Amino acid sequence: MILATTAPLRAAGLVLRRDLALAFRRWEQVTHPVVFFLMVATLFPLALNPKPSLLADVAAGVVWVSALLSSMLALETLYRADVEDGTLEQLTLTGQPLALLLLAKTVAHWILSGLPLVLAAPVVAIAFGADAAANAVLMTAIALGTAVLSLIGSVGAALTLGSRRGSVLLSLLVLPLIMPVLIFGARATALAMHGESAEGPLWLLGALLILALTLTPFASAAAVRISLE
Amino acid sequence: MGTWTWFHKLSSPPHCYRIAGQLIPWFAIPAALLIVAGIYGGLVRAPADYQQGDAFRIIYVHAPAAWLSLMCYTVMAVAAAVGLVWRIKLAHALAAATAPIGASFALLCLATGSIWGKPMWGTWWTWDARLTSQLILLFLYLGYQALRSAYDDIGKADRASAVLAIVGVVNVPIIHFSVNWWNSLHQGSTVLRRGGPAMPASMLVPLILCFFGFTFLYAALACVRVRAEVLRRERNAHWLQDLAGRRGRTESAT
Repeated sequence: MILATTAPLRAAGLVLRRDLALAFRRWEQVTHPVVFFLMVATLFPLALNPKPSLLADVAAGVVWVSALLSSMLALETLYRADVEDGTLEQLTLTGQPLALLLLAKTVAHWILSGLPLVLAAPVVAIAFGADAAANAVLMTAIALGTAVLSLIGSVGAALTLGSRRGSVLLSLLVLPLIMPVLIFGARATALAMHGESAEGPLWLLGALLILALTLTPFASAAAVRISLE
Repeated sequence: MGTWTWFHKLSSPPHCYRIAGQLIPWFAIPAALLIVAGIYGGLVRAPADYQQGDAFRIIYVHAPAAWLSLMCYTVMAVAAAVGLVWRIKLAHALAAATAPIGASFALLCLATGSIWGKPMWGTWWTWDARLTSQLILLFLYLGYQALRSAYDDIGKADRASAVLAIVGVVNVPIIHFSVNWWNSLHQGSTVLRRGGPAMPASMLVPLILCFFGFTFLYAALACVRVRAEVLRRERNAHWLQDLAGRRGRTESAT
C-alpha cells in the first residue's frame, strides 16, 4: 500500500486529497451544514422580534451561535464513514504517525464544513443589519474559530466513536470546551460591527488556534486508538 | 525500594480496598470535628459583616465548595493521567470516584452563591465571570460523566474519559481567563491576596477550619467511593468472594 511506504507528510497529503475527493462526490455533506446554519439564523428573528435595532445588536451573537451549532452537527461526519468501512483502522495500521493523518482529516473537514460558513457568515450578518465594513473581521474570526472547533471537535468525535449515543454526547463533551472560542469570536465581531478595533480578540483566537493545532492531534490519535481497540 | 513496594501494594485491588476502608475514619472524624467547629465559629461566634450583615455567613459553605470543585477536577485529571500512562486501574477508579463528588461541590457552590446573590445583588443569577466559569466547570463534569456512562466496557470508559479529563484540565485555565476577560462583577478574592487577608481573625479562622474540614470530607468520600468502584470492577474476583464468605461466616457465628 502506497500510504504505508511514503513519507509522513506525503501520506498526510494523500489522506487530505482522498477526503476532499470523497466529499465532492457526496456534495450534500458540504451543503447540509450551510443550510442548517442559515436556518438556525432564521429562527432568531422569528423568535425574538424583527425590529432592526434589536437585530443589529444581537447579530454577532446569532452568527456565532449558529456557526458553532452547525459545525457541531458536521463534526459527526468526521470519522463516521471511515469507521464503518474500516478505513480508520487501516490508517492506524499504516505505521505512519496517526496524529498527522488525523490532522490531515481534520483539515479536510474544516475545508468542507468551516470554509463554507466563512462565506455564508457575511450574508447572515448583513441580513441582520450589521455594517458591511465589519465583514473582513467577521470572516477572519469565523475562519479561526471554526478551525479551533474542528480541532477540539476531532478529539470529541474520536472519543465518542465507540459509544452508543453519538451526537448528543458529542455536543455535551465539546460545547463546554469551546466556550472561549465563542467569547473571543463574538467579541471580535461585535467590536468590528461597532466600528472599533478587533485586534485583541483576533490575536487571542489565533493563539487558541496555535495551541489547539499543537496539542489536539495527539489527543485525537490517543482517542482513536482507545475507541478502535 | 520501600516506596515502590508500597506503591505496588496499593495498586492491587484487595490492598486498596482494605487500606481505603481503614483510612475512612481517619478522614471522616477530623472532617466532622473541623466542619462542626468551623460552622459553629462561622455561624455563632464570628461578628456580622458591617456591609452584608449575617448574609455573608454562607461563605463558610460556599468558598470551601468552590475550592473543592476545582481541586476535585485537578485530582481527577492527575489520576486519569496516571492511569493512562502507567495503566494503573486504581488510578482510573479514583478518577471515576472523584468526578461525582466534584460535580456535587460545583453544584453546591452555585446553589449557595445563588442563595447569597438574591439578598445581596437582588438577583438569583447574573452572568458574571466567576459564576459562568463555575457553571462551565459543572458542564465539564457532566460531560465527563456522560462519556463514562456511554461505554459498557469499563476499561474503555476509563481510558476514553481519561483523555477527556486531560483535554479538559488544559482548557480550564483558558476558560477561566476568557470568561474573566469577558465580564467581571464578582467581588475580588478576600483570603489570598497581597497584603494579607481582608478579614478579621474571628471570621477567618472558622473559614480556614471549614476549608480543611471540607477537604477531609472529600478524602473520606473518595475512600468510600473508591471502595465501591473496586467492588464494581472486581465483583467476580476470588479475593472478594473469599472476603464475602469470611464475613458471612463470622456473622453467622456471632
